[in-house]
Amino acid sequence: MKKFIAAAVVAAASFGLVSAASAGTLDNVKAKGQVVCGANPGTAGFGVPDQKGNWTGLDVDYCRAIAAAIFNDPTKVKFVPLSSKDRFTALASGEVDVLIRNSTWTMSRETTLGVIWAGINFYDGQGFMVNKKLNVKSAKELAGATICVQQGTTTELNLADFFRSNKLEYKVVTLGTSEEAVKAYDSGRCDAYTTDRSGLAADRLSMSKPDDHVILPEIISKEPLGPLVRQGDDQWLNLVKWVHYALLTAEEDGITSKNVDEKLKSDDPEIKRVLGNEGKFGESLGLSNAWVVQIVKGVGNYEEIFERNVGPNTPIQLTRASNALWSKGGLQYAPPIR
Amino acid sequence: MSVESAGRPLEAKVVFYNDPRIRSLFFQLVLLALIVALFWFAYDNTVANLKKRNIAQGFGFWNVEAGFDISQTLISYSAASSYGRAFWVGLLNTLLVSGVSIVLATLLGVMIGILRLSKNWLVAKLATVYVEIFRNVPLLLILYFWYRGVLGLLPEPRDSIKLPGNIILNTRGLMMPMPVVSEAFIYPLTALVLMVVTAIGIILWAGRVQDRTGIRPKVGWLTAGLIIVVPAIVFIMAGAPLSFDIPVQGRFNASGGMTLAPEFVSLVTGLTTYTAAFIAENVRAGILAISKGQTEASQSLGLSHGQTIRLVIMPQALRVIVPLLNSEYLSLTKNSSLGVSIGYPDLVSVFTGTVLNQTGQAVEMVSVTMLVYLTLSLLTSAFMNWFNRRVALVER
Repeated sequence: MKKFIAAAVVAAASFGLVSAASAGTLDNVKAKGQVVCGANPGTAGFGVPDQKGNWTGLDVDYCRAIAAAIFNDPTKVKFVPLSSKDRFTALASGEVDVLIRNSTWTMSRETTLGVIWAGINFYDGQGFMVNKKLNVKSAKELAGATICVQQGTTTELNLADFFRSNKLEYKVVTLGTSEEAVKAYDSGRCDAYTTDRSGLAADRLSMSKPDDHVILPEIISKEPLGPLVRQGDDQWLNLVKWVHYALLTAEEDGITSKNVDEKLKSDDPEIKRVLGNEGKFGESLGLSNAWVVQIVKGVGNYEEIFERNVGPNTPIQLTRASNALWSKGGLQYAPPIR
Repeated sequence: MSVESAGRPLEAKVVFYNDPRIRSLFFQLVLLALIVALFWFAYDNTVANLKKRNIAQGFGFWNVEAGFDISQTLISYSAASSYGRAFWVGLLNTLLVSGVSIVLATLLGVMIGILRLSKNWLVAKLATVYVEIFRNVPLLLILYFWYRGVLGLLPEPRDSIKLPGNIILNTRGLMMPMPVVSEAFIYPLTALVLMVVTAIGIILWAGRVQDRTGIRPKVGWLTAGLIIVVPAIVFIMAGAPLSFDIPVQGRFNASGGMTLAPEFVSLVTGLTTYTAAFIAENVRAGILAISKGQTEASQSLGLSHGQTIRLVIMPQALRVIVPLLNSEYLSLTKNSSLGVSIGYPDLVSVFTGTVLNQTGQAVEMVSVTMLVYLTLSLLTSAFMNWFNRRVALVER
C-alpha cells in the first residue's frame, strides 16, 4: 500500500517533469555535449553505418555539420537509427534533436506532426525499378504488376495516386522496412520496387545481381528531402536552417575544406562575412563567429558532401541535376549571409 | 483473546478509526481515488502536451481518405476509402489469420501431443524433435523461414507450376479458379442445408435407439447419400448455376481467379507450426495427468487403443488441456502482429503502421489497437471459460 502511494507520487512527479522539460534545444545539446541525430540505417549514400560502425552519407554529414558548427568537432554526434515508421514520433517525443533521414517535406506532416522542415538538402522524386528481363520501358506498362513498397512513407500514397490517375490495376505488397521491401523484390515477390530515385540508386547496389535491374524514366512525385526539427524552438530551427545555407554559400563562394585557411585571408567582404572576419553572424545563432570555418573544415561544403557520398565517382552515381546551385541551373539557393 | 471468545462483540467499544472494516474501506477509497487521479493526470497531461507541440489529436482522421492500397482485403477497399475502413480491413485480416491458425494449430498440436506418447519409438522421437525445434526458435525466425526460405523458392511467374484444374503456383502465391454463382444457386444450397439438418436428425435418432436397445442402426450410408445425392440432383435441375473465374497468365502474372498470397500462407504456417508445439505439450500434460488405471480399465473392457483415447482418456484430459489452450490462443492472436515483418496487412501493419504514419496520431492509434487486442483476448477467454465449464460438467 505505502509502496503503491510512493510509486504513484513518483509517477506523477515524472509526468510533471516531462511537461517541464522543453527548454531550448541548443542549450540541451550543449549540456549533453553531442547532437542526437535521427538517421537512416539502410540507404547507402544518405545514411548507413559501415562494418566498423562508422556512419556515412549525405544526411549523416549534415548531422556532422551541425555538430561542427556547435562544438567545432564533427564527431560529436550520436546517431539514432530510425525506420520510416518511427522517425516522426522519435523527433516529436524528444528522443532525437534533429531528424535528417531523407524525409519528404509535405503539408500534412508539417501541420499535424508538430515538426517543421529547416530546408531541402536533396531534391528527389519517386521512381520504379524493374528487372531487365521483364522488358518494361515505362511505368505506364506496369498494369497488372505486383509492386513492393516500404510502409510509412509518402511513397505508399504516391504509388496509389499514380495507378489511380492512370487507371491501371496493380497489386501492392507493403513491408515494414526498406530492407524487407528490397529483399522481397529481390527474391521475385514483386515485379517492381518503388521508392525515391536516390533510394533506388542505392538499393540497386544491394540486389543479388545489381546489373539485372533498371530504373524506369518516370518521376511520379516531388520528394523534397531535408532536415527537420520540433516546432516551437525557433533558435534551433534557425541553427539547422543556416547550417544548410552555410554549406550552400560555401560552395557558391568556392570555399572548400582544402582552401578554407587561404580564404580566411581574403579581402572579399562577402567571404569575410561568411567566415566570421566581419560581423557577428555566428553569435546571433548562439555559436562562435567562426561557425562556417568549423563546418567546412569538418565536412566540406555542399558540393564536397554531395560528391563524396552520392556523386558520379561513388557507386550511387547521381549527378547534381536539380541539386546543382541555382547559379548552375539547379534549385539549391541560399539566402545571403548578411 | 479473540473476538469470538468475548460474550459481546468488542467492536462497539472501539473508536471508529480503529475499526478494521472502516479502515480497510477508507484505504480502498484512497487507493481508488489515487488511481483515478493518476489516469486523469496522464490523460490531461498528454492532451496538453500534444497541443503545445502542435500535434493533431482526436479521431477526426477516421473518415478522411486513406490514399494507400492494401494487398489483402476481405471487404471492398480502395485508396479512396477512409482510414476507418482501413482499420476494419486490418482487423478482419487479423481475425482471419488468427482464426485459421487457431484451428490448424489445435489439430496439429493435438496430433503431435498424442504421437509424442506413442509406443512407436521413431514416431515418439520425431514428435519430440518437432516440439523442441519449434518451441525453442523465435517465431520471427520461423516466419522468415517459411516466407523467404520455403515459399521464396517457388518459381517466378513465367516459370509457374501449372497444376491440374487451372491452378497456378508461383512466387506470387497459389492462384485458383474462383467459383462464381448465379442466383439459381440458392436452390441446391437450400437443399444442402435441409439435407444436413435431416442427417443430423437421423444421427440423433440413431443415438436414442442405441441408448434404448443397445444396437445402433446403421445410418452412415443413408446420411452420406442424402447430403451428396439430393443437392446434386437439385443442382443439375437448376441448370448447374455455377461457373469458375479461371486465372489467366498475363504479362506480369496471372490475373483473375482467387489468390492465396504467400504472406498469408507463411503467417498461417508459421503461427500454426509454432503454437502447435506448445499445444502438443499441453495435450501431453493433459494425457499424462490421467492415471494409467483408466487405460488398463478400458482395455480390459475390450476397447481398442483408438477408442481408449477417444472415449476415455481425451474427455478427462480435456479438463486439464482447455485452460492451458486458452493462453496459447491468446498468444497466437497477439503473435499474429508479427505479420508486418513479412508484409501481411494485419491490424498492426495497416493501422498502427501505415495509418499512424500518415496521420502521426500515435496516441490514438496505439490506444485503439491495444483496446482491440484486449477485447479479442477477453472474448477468447470468455469463450474458452464457457467451453471449459461445459467440459467440466461431463464429470460423473
